[in-house]
Amino acid sequence: MRRLLYLAPVALFGVLALFFLKGLTMNPRDIPSVLINRPVPEMNLAPLPGRGEDTGLATADLKGRVSLVNIYGSWCIACVQEHPFLVKIKQMGIVPIHGIDWRDDPAEGAKWLKKHGDPYDRVGVDPAPGRTAIDFGVTGAPETFVVDKAGIIRYKHIGPVNQDVWDNTLLPIIKELSK
Amino acid sequence: MIAEIGHFALILALAVALIQATVPLIGAGRGNASWMGLAGPTSAAQMALVSISFAALMHAYVTSDFSVMNVAQNSHTDKPMLYKVAGVWGNHEGSLLLWITILAIFGFAVTLFGRNLPPGLKARALSVQAMITVGFLLFILFTSNPFDRLDPPPFNGQGLNPLLQDPGLAFHPPLLYLGYVGFSMAFSFAIAALIEGRVDAAWARWVRPWTLAAWVFLTCGIALGSWWAYYELGWGGWWYWDPVENASFMPWLAGTALLHSAVVVEKRDALKSWTILLAITAFGLSLLGTFLVRSGVITSVHAFATDPARGVFILGLLVVAIGGSFLLYALRAPSLKIGGLFAPLSREGTLLLNNVLMATGAGTVLLGTLYPLFADALNLGKVSVGPPFFNSVFLPLMVPMVLAMGVGPLMSWKRGDLAGALARLKIAAGLSIVVAVATWVLQGGSLGPWWAAGGMALACWLFLGTATELAERTRLFRVPFGQSLSRLGKLPRAAWGMTLTHAGLAVFIAGMTASSAWKSESVQSQKIGETITVAGYAFTLKDVQNVQGPNYLASRGTFEVTKDGKAFAVMQPQKRQYKMPPMPTTEAAIQTTFLGDVYAVIGDESSEGGYVTRLYFNPLVVWMWFGTGMMVVGGLVSLSDRRHRVGAPSRARVPANSVRA
Repeated sequence: MRRLLYLAPVALFGVLALFFLKGLTMNPRDIPSVLINRPVPEMNLAPLPGRGEDTGLATADLKGRVSLVNIYGSWCIACVQEHPFLVKIKQMGIVPIHGIDWRDDPAEGAKWLKKHGDPYDRVGVDPAPGRTAIDFGVTGAPETFVVDKAGIIRYKHIGPVNQDVWDNTLLPIIKELSK
Repeated sequence: MIAEIGHFALILALAVALIQATVPLIGAGRGNASWMGLAGPTSAAQMALVSISFAALMHAYVTSDFSVMNVAQNSHTDKPMLYKVAGVWGNHEGSLLLWITILAIFGFAVTLFGRNLPPGLKARALSVQAMITVGFLLFILFTSNPFDRLDPPPFNGQGLNPLLQDPGLAFHPPLLYLGYVGFSMAFSFAIAALIEGRVDAAWARWVRPWTLAAWVFLTCGIALGSWWAYYELGWGGWWYWDPVENASFMPWLAGTALLHSAVVVEKRDALKSWTILLAITAFGLSLLGTFLVRSGVITSVHAFATDPARGVFILGLLVVAIGGSFLLYALRAPSLKIGGLFAPLSREGTLLLNNVLMATGAGTVLLGTLYPLFADALNLGKVSVGPPFFNSVFLPLMVPMVLAMGVGPLMSWKRGDLAGALARLKIAAGLSIVVAVATWVLQGGSLGPWWAAGGMALACWLFLGTATELAERTRLFRVPFGQSLSRLGKLPRAAWGMTLTHAGLAVFIAGMTASSAWKSESVQSQKIGETITVAGYAFTLKDVQNVQGPNYLASRGTFEVTKDGKAFAVMQPQKRQYKMPPMPTTEAAIQTTFLGDVYAVIGDESSEGGYVTRLYFNPLVVWMWFGTGMMVVGGLVSLSDRRHRVGAPSRARVPANSVRA
């Protein structure tokens, strides 16, 4: 009996470790965003310099077909990591991607796209403090939103999009919404 | 090139640590002195190698070498030098390197100061210490290399989170780590003792100062973090029961318990197996904190960028280190010889009560912190556990503890006289009741929270109880005053340490109670020239100007504050917009007085043509910092006690009641 008492710490810890193991497979940040299943916020963002007159991003632009809205900034290193995959999505031609150049100097944002490739149909500039991004509920860059044909936000991905996220999360949602 | 040297030094350190983790341990088992002796030089080599690596990373930061990815992601040329240096540990990889560096320094300290330690114990403890180092070196080398290069290097870096660009926060992590890692000493010695199957007074005398040093660092680190939250986050609060705050608080609770139970081991040769368990737990909780912050299983404002691979690795480390230790404990602890017996009503008894309450406290904090994870894992939904849980579960546990703290020091060892102790505390008890009634009346009865009177009375009880104990020691009023004074001068420093820390806690409790109970605040849109009065202080917003900092733009408000018509202060809070990374921060303006802090925050321009301002009066806040300061000073005074310095003697000088296995 006394021996059992001495075993209690290791037993308790064992249970804890199992929870941690399970915890690693879950994402506590996976809190459904309040904006999911709500219309895209009202916005009318100016285009990037040198990208053409009518290339800014407004609420109405997101209606009519399923699209992605990607939040980026020339200051964001994780965006550099993500960017080649966005270019790849563009080449696939399955879904248009729109960009929001967040809290950035528009000239820098344009230069950055020249350097790393431009996968976006439309790009709106949202300079600091980033009102539109706040309306979207953006917590950091990069973030990617899936918007359906009616202009309603259906999904939000936090962090860089890669092959895995595309295959297992975004593409199935896009296919479902395109039906 | 220098970054590569840093990386290479880490790999070499791993090789050295592997030798240190095995050879001395085997040597101790076989009684081979030269194998055991290898622990010394390897610990020195390890410290040198890890320091080289740390210096290499520091060099990369100071020279803004953006070809090192870690620097590019966390630094910027415009950043003031202090934050370039502090930026080294302002990120996951760098802070991990700091962890390892401190671990290596502690290991070397054993070699340096432990000359008269029994060679077997020393060799084993150093091997255990090296095992921890091996785990962390593998972790950093395989999942979090701070020396990864970036090709091509960016023109400039991304900058450090502006919230972290603060002098308070520059020193917060190193102090915390000194605390966390300091507990690794008690841990290593506990494991060594389990392997040897022997715990005695000499063991406790060696472990105590290290635990005390770790405790002092941890106390400082937590207080600094809390102070930072108070003035930087701009909400007038200082503790949020955030998972990461809890992660530092749990080892503190366990470490405090360990400090007290180690006293019992040293003086009375009792509570040995419990003390070993606490030593494992204190360090285990430090590791757990590391896991929680870096694995992403819990959401927190402090969480580092997370990566599942890292999470799996630390979990593995945790399982080997803590699980393995507890298993060893289950196998070996039952055979530890039970030492001195004591009556429940005795000094040991009250220390044990304190221990049980501390451990229960740590347990409830752990439960509250991990509950969201448990609920999510069991599909009970997403929940968050906030301050109400902790306040209603943890704080009540501390009430009996503080009550016992007043009585405990007056009890004698082995068999105490509770009635006698209470009789001596009559004045303290009487005055505490007076304080409770006075508090109740002054706050206008039920106009203030009901617990405020209790909190103030507890603070008074603890302070006067501690003073009573000091008076007893010096036989104040019973012998001529001069004689009392000379007795006071001859008190051992450890006794002063206890008096100071306990009194410090009393002052802290008073500050905590007052600042939580009677805080006044006012949030509004304030126009230029408008006056808002909070707790008798009239804040007039004079103007708001733009000012340029080294790497931010700020709007600075100027308030003229008057009290009773007389000028009190001019306060200038700022709202800063940092450039890199683009992020706003608030810099509260705080005017501290003995009775409370006058606290002002300026926000955005409001649509009504004014500014959003938040104005507070936080009573007795400075008492909390002062009380914490007393605790830290008390710890240092106790640490300077002669017995600690010469107090880890060879076992030949151990009292006769220690048993050799």
